[in-house]
Amino acid sequence: MPRIAVFISQRLVKAVFVVLAIAVFNFFLVHAAPGDPAAVMAGEAGAADAKFVEQLRQQFGLDRPLYEQLGTYMGKVVQADLGYSYRQQRPVFDLLMDRLPVTLSLTLTSFVLALIGGVALGTLAAMRAGTWSDTAITVVGLTAYATPIFWIGLMLILLFSVNLGWLPAFGTESIGAGYTGWAALMDRVEHLVLPVVTLGLFYMAVYTRLTRASILEVRDMDFVKTARAKGLPEWRIVSVHILRNAILPVITVAGFQAGHLIGGSILIETVFALPGIGRLAFEAVLQRDYQVLLGIFLLTSVVVVIFNLLTDLIYSLVDPRIEVAP
Amino acid sequence: MMTVSNSNASLLDVRNLTIDLPRGADRPFAVEDLTFTLERGEILCVVGESGSGKSMTAHAVMGLLPKAVKVSSGGIRHDGTDVLSLPERDQRALRGGRIAMIFQEPMTALNPLMRVGDQIDEVLRYHTTLDRAARRARVVELLASVGLPEPDQLRRSYPFRLSGGQRQRVMIAMALAVEPDVLIADEPTTALDVTTQKQILELIRDIQVKRRMGVMFITHDFGVVAEIAHRVAVMQKGKLVEIGPAAEVLNRPQHPYTRQLIAAVPHLIEHREAFGDERKPVLTAEKVCKTFHIGGGFFAPSRKVVAGNALSLTIRQGETVGLVGESGSGKSTLGRSIVGLIKPDSGRIMFEGVDLLSLSRTAFRPYRRHVQMVFQDPYASLNPRHTVGDIITQGPVAFGEDRGRALEKAKALLKLVGLDASAAERFPHEFSGGQRQRISIARALALEPKLLIADEPVSALDVSVQAQVLDLLEDLRHRLNLSMLFITHDLRIAAQICDTIAVMQKGSIVEIGPARDVFGNPQHAYTRQLLDAIPGKGWTIPEDVMSTGRHGAALRTSA
Repeated sequence: MPRIAVFISQRLVKAVFVVLAIAVFNFFLVHAAPGDPAAVMAGEAGAADAKFVEQLRQQFGLDRPLYEQLGTYMGKVVQADLGYSYRQQRPVFDLLMDRLPVTLSLTLTSFVLALIGGVALGTLAAMRAGTWSDTAITVVGLTAYATPIFWIGLMLILLFSVNLGWLPAFGTESIGAGYTGWAALMDRVEHLVLPVVTLGLFYMAVYTRLTRASILEVRDMDFVKTARAKGLPEWRIVSVHILRNAILPVITVAGFQAGHLIGGSILIETVFALPGIGRLAFEAVLQRDYQVLLGIFLLTSVVVVIFNLLTDLIYSLVDPRIEVAP
Repeated sequence: MMTVSNSNASLLDVRNLTIDLPRGADRPFAVEDLTFTLERGEILCVVGESGSGKSMTAHAVMGLLPKAVKVSSGGIRHDGTDVLSLPERDQRALRGGRIAMIFQEPMTALNPLMRVGDQIDEVLRYHTTLDRAARRARVVELLASVGLPEPDQLRRSYPFRLSGGQRQRVMIAMALAVEPDVLIADEPTTALDVTTQKQILELIRDIQVKRRMGVMFITHDFGVVAEIAHRVAVMQKGKLVEIGPAAEVLNRPQHPYTRQLIAAVPHLIEHREAFGDERKPVLTAEKVCKTFHIGGGFFAPSRKVVAGNALSLTIRQGETVGLVGESGSGKSTLGRSIVGLIKPDSGRIMFEGVDLLSLSRTAFRPYRRHVQMVFQDPYASLNPRHTVGDIITQGPVAFGEDRGRALEKAKALLKLVGLDASAAERFPHEFSGGQRQRISIARALALEPKLLIADEPVSALDVSVQAQVLDLLEDLRHRLNLSMLFITHDLRIAAQICDTIAVMQKGSIVEIGPARDVFGNPQHAYTRQLLDAIPGKGWTIPEDVMSTGRHGAALRTSA
């Protein structure tokens, strides 16, 4: 295992530089957009007085030259201080930590469910290629893939919340119900069902199509014939010989999509009124809340870097031909 | 196991077997009214070209037919039991348990993500009641019995670490795991080098004798047949045309198709005149060196593979030089260096007094048309989205020829290589392998090259098609006074077509000389070893078959 240890430590060192470079890039990106928080705040306060705006700018340090602002920002980033949101009157780090659990419970759950469901359905469809069950899975998958995600969300709300009344339509918990312990947990889970399904359906469609195509390619390969000639039962041929070889492209795409777990749920959070990172980012853009926006960007890039590393590691575990090389 | 052995019944008894092909195939039956038996302790060679139904028969015995293909009548009995009517469960027990199979392509027949020991272990797990430790011991024993070194370590290797010959040994070990009484070998040595082929053939024969197995050995190579067969069955287009003892079929073939196949076998000594030194050299390679560095990185040093070690070689006007060697010997590297696809590390390649290696990309370009290449795989070397006409004319058009004139010339070339001029409007997939190779040759000739590099141009083709393409090349070189570098791993083919032979081993030319000398009086030990490994060298093609075969050459231009 020392080889893997060397690999991981090297990649982590590289990752630090990558993340810092991204932070600098983001800084300029955010400042390239017209308008600044002082102008927006002044506008909202109804006081278009230039002096007031100037005063706000001075207070936020926005009157300093750009390179000085960058210096201050980077100096704080390396100390894991993401700055202070004047808009929300709270440190950015605390804001992110507040919102992160909601987003992660939504995206991670739907990601895992989509991956398991997609691979299972794709396998089923491929092994029965040409039959009605294959057609049904393919059609449902295509529909889920092609339908706008917010529309699916709205329709699910209409059906399960409005008409049937089985599940709550928005929020993370029933406000004022005062549940404790088990009941509180179940309440949260209930609130998650619809958003998770909505987001998961889309990803599941992607994985289903991918798995099906990959299996169709692998199942006619010579080594599958060898496995049949050995007299192995069908389930073993599918699980050990076909699926393991067919899963490689799925891992690639899954690793890529896992990087989007933080930022990819803005629509869902909006439709289901979930106070997650996606909504925070959206609001921060409207309010030109630079510090919050930069914090979210940084968090996202860290997640992407981590998942890329994980994907490479999983690859080398699944496929012995791929060796981890620093 | 499941049936009481019935010693009166044949080990394998195939009777009136007919296998339907799906609608829309080029013929209604894959196999038609096929009857033969396989006895204990016998090797039955089933010979035929691709599409003759020999593999289908093997797959039917194994119960491995593709879903669209069904046995419509007849029966297959194994030791008296009707195989086809068995429930799936019992068929599985038979498969891998009493009837085992090995395949043609050892590079792809093993699961790339599973250790080879585990792949053998799987057979034991499903066909025996042995516990883990006993199975492991058995795996090691099996690997040792097929002659693999350090079996205890090798069982933990993944297939990509092993050579082609080693993988085929693993396949054989896997097939033998539960001591089956029938072994079906589907072209098991076709993808291997001659020396490896020899070893694998010896291994199969040893095992067959030791265990008194019945072996159904599928091949297209009569040399291999002569080497190991007790009996021979010849198949053509799904029908059995001839069956009998090996000595009979090989020396006194009755059916015209058998005679044609035997006549098409490349034969060792053609009495070709030694090529004179007086003609002017077209190309001279001087001390060409190339080393590949594989893998490596920050921590691991890269592995060095010497593909060219001071290679020197002269090709004269109108001469065919054969470059012979096993895979990995560096013969393709030299060919690719001459066409400029690979840049050698040092040395000179002189073409009409100019060192090609010293030229820049742009300065090299005019020379490209003089040196053209024909590649090994006719299925992969033609762009499937372009018409044959486009493929042939692209070269001349790139060198400034008028499109209309180029197309006229392309049609003339298609006729020259034995195809119809109308082929220009069609796409490569509409042609058979042999026809595609003719198209490749026409494409190379379109630029009116002075030198043709043919890199294994016939090794992907059936024997009779192989003979046709070789005849075409031979004919063209006389008509166009073409010089040729002919790269091949098959010494029989080299003997037939080359004036001069260069034998390569591990990146070096170990012997070079007139074909007759190299084959008649080999100097280097490696050349002798290669010659010794040619299958069926103890068998001479009967005279009368040879002459009828050559007369049948008229048939050859049509395929």
